[in-house]
Amino acid sequence: MNSLIRIFAIMKKEFLQLSRDRLTFGMIVGIPLIQLMMFGYAINTDVRNLSAAYVDEADTHLSRQFVADLGASQVINIKQRVASVQELEQLLDVGLISIGIAVPDDFDRRVIERDRQAVQLLVDGTDPIILGVAQQLSALPVRFDTQALPSPSVNLMEVRNFYNPERRTAVNIVPGLVGVILTMTMVLFTAVAIVREKERGNLELLINTPIKTPELMLGKIVPYIIIGLLQVVIIFTVGCYLFKVFIRGSELDVLTVSLVFIAANLSLGLLISTLVQTQFQAMQAAFFVLLPSILLSGFMFPFDGMPVFAQTIAEVLPLTHFNRLIRGIVLRGADIDSMWEDLLALGVFMLVAITLAIARFSKRLD
Amino acid sequence: MVCRCRQILNNMKAANDIVISATGLSRRFGSLVAVNNVDLQIPAGTIYGFLGPNGSGKSTTIRMLCGLLTPSAGSATVMGLDTRKQSEVLKQKIGYMTQRFSLFEDLTVAENLRFISEVYALSRKRRKTRVAQLIEEFNLSKQLKQRAGTLSGGQKQRLALAVAILHDPQILFLDEPTSAVDPKNRRDFWEILFDLAAQGTTILVSTHYMDEAARCHSLAILDQGVKVADGSPMQLGESISLNVFEVVAEDPNKARISLAQQQAISSITQLGVSLRVLIPKDVEGGLQLVTSTLAHAGVHAEVEKVFPDLEDVFVAVTESRPEGIAA
Repeated sequence: MNSLIRIFAIMKKEFLQLSRDRLTFGMIVGIPLIQLMMFGYAINTDVRNLSAAYVDEADTHLSRQFVADLGASQVINIKQRVASVQELEQLLDVGLISIGIAVPDDFDRRVIERDRQAVQLLVDGTDPIILGVAQQLSALPVRFDTQALPSPSVNLMEVRNFYNPERRTAVNIVPGLVGVILTMTMVLFTAVAIVREKERGNLELLINTPIKTPELMLGKIVPYIIIGLLQVVIIFTVGCYLFKVFIRGSELDVLTVSLVFIAANLSLGLLISTLVQTQFQAMQAAFFVLLPSILLSGFMFPFDGMPVFAQTIAEVLPLTHFNRLIRGIVLRGADIDSMWEDLLALGVFMLVAITLAIARFSKRLD
Repeated sequence: MVCRCRQILNNMKAANDIVISATGLSRRFGSLVAVNNVDLQIPAGTIYGFLGPNGSGKSTTIRMLCGLLTPSAGSATVMGLDTRKQSEVLKQKIGYMTQRFSLFEDLTVAENLRFISEVYALSRKRRKTRVAQLIEEFNLSKQLKQRAGTLSGGQKQRLALAVAILHDPQILFLDEPTSAVDPKNRRDFWEILFDLAAQGTTILVSTHYMDEAARCHSLAILDQGVKVADGSPMQLGESISLNVFEVVAEDPNKARISLAQQQAISSITQLGVSLRVLIPKDVEGGLQLVTSTLAHAGVHAEVEKVFPDLEDVFVAVTESRPEGIAA
């Protein structure tokens, strides 16, 4: 009973302080929105409107049709027509275009005979994503309006795109972003929580009261869990309206998984808070966690493509497990039961972190 | 109510009991010895002072007695509880006012009081009455909705004391409570302390003001972590091995210069037109020495033997130590 009174007292105090700290309050809503806009709109791997130029040495009906088809795909944006391949290369050199299309004078014959490639694509390969786009373009079929021949060859493999038929990056980004934003804000909030009170002198007062360490820790975690869940709701609501990313699985599963993940991050933050001496160190430590989380968790690059040692590190990071869980539930409509191992990993992480934080925290000054 | 009654009973029983005792209490920070072998015996219901300059180990000693710092050597018991092992039990019974204002500056006065009353887990009814009572007693009703960070020095101090005694502690530790407060507030503050002591609270207060130390029932003088003297202000005055002479001269400057020639005089302090001259008791005819020296120098002055005040005591006990002179 006394414990409950004390935990509630700490919670209430945290909420009051939070509501008066405009910067932090702004961060709670601002960070998710800004990040969502940034990643949702700017970072886009389904590339469109790449600058292009072409040279059409054939200048036949078929070649003109072909160039028009390429332009109509919207993948490239044809800026100009030039007279020679050399000019194309010059444009590539100065960076005015990313893709050059060279149609040779015997284009029609090459298309009909199919003995060698009909068109050459000159690609700025410094960006692997553009190179990938060029490879997609090379598979574009050429329509023969003049000769209604059946397609001469059939691809060996057919690609069926599950879960994301329109190939929109936002589909992958939005759920991943939930984890990144929660890692960024939650770890930071609690990482500074105890050092801030140490710096302001409040801690000397608090540790001289009968409050117990687990009560203090719990009282500091619970308010931020609520704030974290609020952020999850904000991100998915905005994701739904702006980027048309819908939750296929159950909303309850999303909240459950988020809750455990938030608690894990808050515990990690508290642990950091007991290890550092100043708020500045706490922030540095929080970013030290954030960076590998973004890079290794599968948010940026596919997990399976990473070397084994990187995967090992990634398995320790809560974000890795959360990404699997949340993408599973949101994008594939998976059931939480089928991914219990990742949920368990998050739970274990939380327990270890909070236990260490409680053990590290001392109600003494020495 | 039950709590109150038990407290009064305890006070009666403990009227002359020692409630704070320490033996050989020491604390090192690396190579620095902050507190060195301090012994204390403080009876219940007294106001006990720690007098000493900054860095003399006052705060460190208080923190050790509260159980916030572990002693490097020696031990202390407060209310019969070992400060090393039973500090959590102790925390219900003691109040501690930190040197630096340690309440939440972004919470209002009322919120701070309510928060602390909840942290001590007082009953709902008791929380309400106690907070209302303290607001009344400490004259904080106009500041209830003001953030603690915007309070004046005196208001902050009153709030901090109100918070420290919110759970009716039997022992109160005050670490330089009046350092940021004007004289009027200091006087009011001491009145509250005397009231609390009269109700049976034992108060340990540290200060570097002589006049404040003089108000204590009993005090210890700390210098570089060592307790160099203790007792009531009266006892301390009697105990020193120096006689004090007050010299009121027309030209105090000239008087000071002439007296400074005398090897037997251990200290001269000028206070406006008067000088306080300290001469060891084993020097015979101290009064004679002062008057003749002044007469010889042609300084017209009245010389009178006076009772040593705390400043004299402080000078005497700190300068008689070899380290004291070196410092």
